[in-house]
Amino acid sequence: MNTASEANRGPANRPEPALDALERRLLNEFQRDFPLSRRPYAQIGRRLGIPEQEVIEHLANLQSRGLVSRIGPVFRCHRAGTSTLAAMAVPAQNLAAVAKLVNQYPEVNHNYEREHHFNLWFVATAPDARRLGETLDEIVALTGIEVLDLPLERAYHIDLGFPLW
Amino acid sequence: MNAHNAKLIEAIQDGIPIAERPYACIAERLGLDEADVIDGIRGLLDSDVIKRFGVVVSHRELGYRANAMVVWDIPDDGVDETGTRMAAIECVTLCYRRARRPPNWPYNLYCMIHGRDRASVLACVETVAAELSLENTPRAVLFSKHRFKQRGARYVLPPRLAEPMVSAPVTSAIE
Repeated sequence: MNTASEANRGPANRPEPALDALERRLLNEFQRDFPLSRRPYAQIGRRLGIPEQEVIEHLANLQSRGLVSRIGPVFRCHRAGTSTLAAMAVPAQNLAAVAKLVNQYPEVNHNYEREHHFNLWFVATAPDARRLGETLDEIVALTGIEVLDLPLERAYHIDLGFPLW
Repeated sequence: MNAHNAKLIEAIQDGIPIAERPYACIAERLGLDEADVIDGIRGLLDSDVIKRFGVVVSHRELGYRANAMVVWDIPDDGVDETGTRMAAIECVTLCYRRARRPPNWPYNLYCMIHGRDRASVLACVETVAAELSLENTPRAVLFSKHRFKQRGARYVLPPRLAEPMVSAPVTSAIE
């Protein structure tokens, strides 16, 4: 499994947590096309040669270790509702307070500080454009800071998951 | 987006149970048949509402701790070709075109690069620039510094309140 050619695939550098071969397969091979059957973990078990219960235990363990976020959907943007990437240039001494304010909106699902004059970046998602706009307008009104609204025009990548090994 | 799909999305957006019959479990919560849930998810995949369904890993916990958004100012007539080629480069995980916001934000092409450390991310940026002849193209590399919030998208939200979400003005916390 860990041949040199496989090590060169995927994003820059390989990760280093302690994982056995089975765990690596669970993390890498089921990021898409997850079984839609009555007992999906049993189906995975058949492919890996282990019982259903072991699959369940390993995945639950990986989730408790924070290595698996969830087993579920990754949504295409703009299909279920609408979303945008937004950015703000926040004075350093106010960053924590503004980030906390932005976080309070259920419309906000990613919020990062980045190293740039525009230092607060968040993704806002809402069922419709009106509610999305209201959210951004409210943030501007409450903070007095302009929000760059950077809607997606085109995605070039194909989401194959996050190649690990 | 009909009410049936919205209910299903709300039930699965944070993940399905890691237990023997996850779809039956969801069906019971929603008052549906197990087959309805399975067919419903398949339908959302077929209609491209869900772009993939499966194990969502935490790349950060797996050791990919350096993350940069790299933005480029590419002429409009060449951006789609450049974006398509950029997306195919090994170390690039995501690649998008977004609206420009001049004068402060002239960039229109974005790519995300994850790596174990800053050096490997910067090496990837140089690889991208070299492969696509972008050495002289205006760009910015924005490393992520602190993660304030990270959560899957919520497409089903609580009803909008009449009053603003944040009741107390924060102006006292902002000099």
